[in-house]
Amino acid sequence: MALDLARWQFAFTSINHFFFVPVTIGLAFLTALLQTAWYRTKRDEYLRLTKFFGTLLVINVAIGVVTGIVQEFEFGMNWGAYSRLVGNIFGAPLAMEGLAAFFLESTFLGLWLFGWDKLSRRVHLATIWLVTVGSMLSAAFILAANSWMQHPVGYQMVNGKPQLNNLWAVFTNPVFVWGYSKVIFVSLVTGAVIMLAVSAWQLRHGGDREVFTRSARLALIVLVPAMLFTLLVGDELGVIEGTYQPMKIAAAEAQWTTCQPCSFSLFQIGGGNNDQTPTQVIAIPHLLSLLATNHWNGKVVGLNPLQSQYSKSYGPGYYVPDVFIQYWSMRVMAYLGGLVLLFALWGLWLVRREKLATSRWFLWAAVWVAVLPFVMNTAGWLLTESGRQPWIVQGIMLTKNGISPTVSTTWLWISVVGFVLLYGTLGTVDFLLMLRYSRDQLPPPRAEAEADAPVPAVQY
Amino acid sequence: MVPFWFIVIAVLWTGFFILEGFDFGVGMLHSVVGQDEAGRRAAINTIGPLWDGNEVWLIVAGAAMFAAFPGWYATMFSGLYLALALLLAALIIRGVAFEFRGKRDAARWRRTWDVSLTVGSLLAPLLIGVGLADLLHGLPINSAQNYTGSFWTLLQPYALFTGVTLVLICLLHGATFLSLKTTGEMHERSRRIARTVAPFTAAAVVGFAIWTHVTSSTTFFLRPLELLAIIAILAAVWLVYARRDGFAFTATAITMASCILSIFAGLYPNVMVSSTNPAYNLTVHNTASNPYSLDAMTIIVLIFLPLVLAYQSWTYYVFRRRVSRDQFVTGPPPAASPPAAPGPAGDITPGTPAPSAAPPARS
Repeated sequence: MALDLARWQFAFTSINHFFFVPVTIGLAFLTALLQTAWYRTKRDEYLRLTKFFGTLLVINVAIGVVTGIVQEFEFGMNWGAYSRLVGNIFGAPLAMEGLAAFFLESTFLGLWLFGWDKLSRRVHLATIWLVTVGSMLSAAFILAANSWMQHPVGYQMVNGKPQLNNLWAVFTNPVFVWGYSKVIFVSLVTGAVIMLAVSAWQLRHGGDREVFTRSARLALIVLVPAMLFTLLVGDELGVIEGTYQPMKIAAAEAQWTTCQPCSFSLFQIGGGNNDQTPTQVIAIPHLLSLLATNHWNGKVVGLNPLQSQYSKSYGPGYYVPDVFIQYWSMRVMAYLGGLVLLFALWGLWLVRREKLATSRWFLWAAVWVAVLPFVMNTAGWLLTESGRQPWIVQGIMLTKNGISPTVSTTWLWISVVGFVLLYGTLGTVDFLLMLRYSRDQLPPPRAEAEADAPVPAVQY
Repeated sequence: MVPFWFIVIAVLWTGFFILEGFDFGVGMLHSVVGQDEAGRRAAINTIGPLWDGNEVWLIVAGAAMFAAFPGWYATMFSGLYLALALLLAALIIRGVAFEFRGKRDAARWRRTWDVSLTVGSLLAPLLIGVGLADLLHGLPINSAQNYTGSFWTLLQPYALFTGVTLVLICLLHGATFLSLKTTGEMHERSRRIARTVAPFTAAAVVGFAIWTHVTSSTTFFLRPLELLAIIAILAAVWLVYARRDGFAFTATAITMASCILSIFAGLYPNVMVSSTNPAYNLTVHNTASNPYSLDAMTIIVLIFLPLVLAYQSWTYYVFRRRVSRDQFVTGPPPAASPPAAPGPAGDITPGTPAPSAAPPARS
């Protein structure tokens, strides 16, 4: 029970945290682009857009930051045995994150927000770029730590305990390199989809047509390549995880027996942890081989042979992750990614024909597409993290051995209920504020005479 | 490298309390120093650009414990489980209060976030104070380095007293900070608050220094840091009454630093005292990471900590000006602002320039 609660709480808080992270990274980057455009062209509409989307960024950062503190504390609070065992490796990127990234992001966000009239335009532009760099670096260190749990590298075992002996290896871990690229691309996708949805809503409801067409176009120009790269990088990440965590990939296809070549099913009926012979609907030949190995006739080892192989190496136990979660989270993630790409291409086609601002269907759909990246991101993390189970660190420690031994079920219930209530309330408030400010008017244009006057700073 | 990392962690906690200490103080006092909406906003804006960067010191202190002393981090964070969950809740409601409070123009809305800011700013130093004092005074810890007490075990008299002392130092530190950063009536009120709080803080700090000494030492004479805490707080009281704002703030900062450091100095070489059996004490040696990890982290901290200090100092320089209440008395009173309710953009027709419905200077 304590194990389930601890796992559930960590899943709940990290899924919630990752609603805000990609929005922060993506919107910070896009806001920096807008401000750069203003700096270079001195055109007022870019300043108005910078301020407009900057407000959304800040509302979002507030919750992103505070939910991030929870993540850091939870390792010690709930996963004491894990922290004790691997802190010398896993803690290092976390401490580096604080020192090299989070300080940068937070300090310069304050400077950006409150420094409009106190810094020169050039320095002020630099602050928003440093916020962007800080947020991206921050994700890098966290992903390096997470990748170490997926595929531990750069350590030696001393008296049964892993000890770091090569920090460089932790940051060149292939799981990290590809996983991190994917997080950055998917963050740009998330930020761009938000910017597109807000612009579309404004265009439909009488917002300034010229200005919001501009932001919609910028969003689409970022969105198309970002989504394309997300899919390509995701494909390569699948191959890498297939190498180091074969269970994860086999479970994602519910592949119980070894196959060569392997087909990919679009859907299945039945399946799950107790049904090894689901009805596959539309099986595409060779596709799984391609996805999992990059080879037309690649071999994918099934869950059953892997299970007997793991039992032999690690002792008796059940080493198969939740097949239902793996199969469906993989498909939800990939299908939604494809959908977002198609949608973005539609938008780009409208832009070329200069019909974006008048296409009622596209603008209506664009508002609702904003939901997709969040579902897609959550599915992606479920695939990654649930696919690592039953390990907390692949091959080194089982999740059930990682919890804090003396944290009682009562304590866990209190914190789980507390976090759910708090996150539920604040998440709702944050969502409503985002909606409200997305529907707000642009800051008014500035008169010609004011063009060189300092821009008023933001105040709480 | 092991003692060096103990010092780094003590310094990070001290940096956190010097900087976030006045943020907590301002958070607790903002409704007292600012007697109307403009005043409250002015008070909050004295720390507006700073608080987020200050809070990172806590994150880094925690992460540094994780990396350098995993055993300490694991035992402390799982042992203080409920206290830390409550601390997280306090930090959360306080953090979002800054951003959310000005985002809607309604008295009840702002009142809600004022309360969260005040309560969060009060609970955070109280809980951390209790936690740090528990490390020194001792907690039931078994041979496997696991905490075996309940939530109530944490609330021993010395720990509670330390928590209250920290809250009082934060109050005084916040009041001297506000004296430096506000103008006119608010400036005077901040000074008055400092004068009212100072004697209580002084009594608490003197008590804390002696109690800390008795807890962690067998010698008669106070150790330098404990003595420094007493001298600094007495100087602070005198400077507050002498209306020397700048020096008073420096004195409260030194008081804060010496109190936090005296806890760490009293601990060393332990990091958590076991009240079950001294043999089970957690020490810097039985909780530390391997030498390679510590060496690697040392290079990182030596590069980045000076860099952080440099750009954070620059931030304080950029925002060195006082914040005046007058900046926030603008336009029509809040009640006359446009209604917050549905779809403000819905009633504009395309082509007409958007009327500036947004109240000025809203973030």
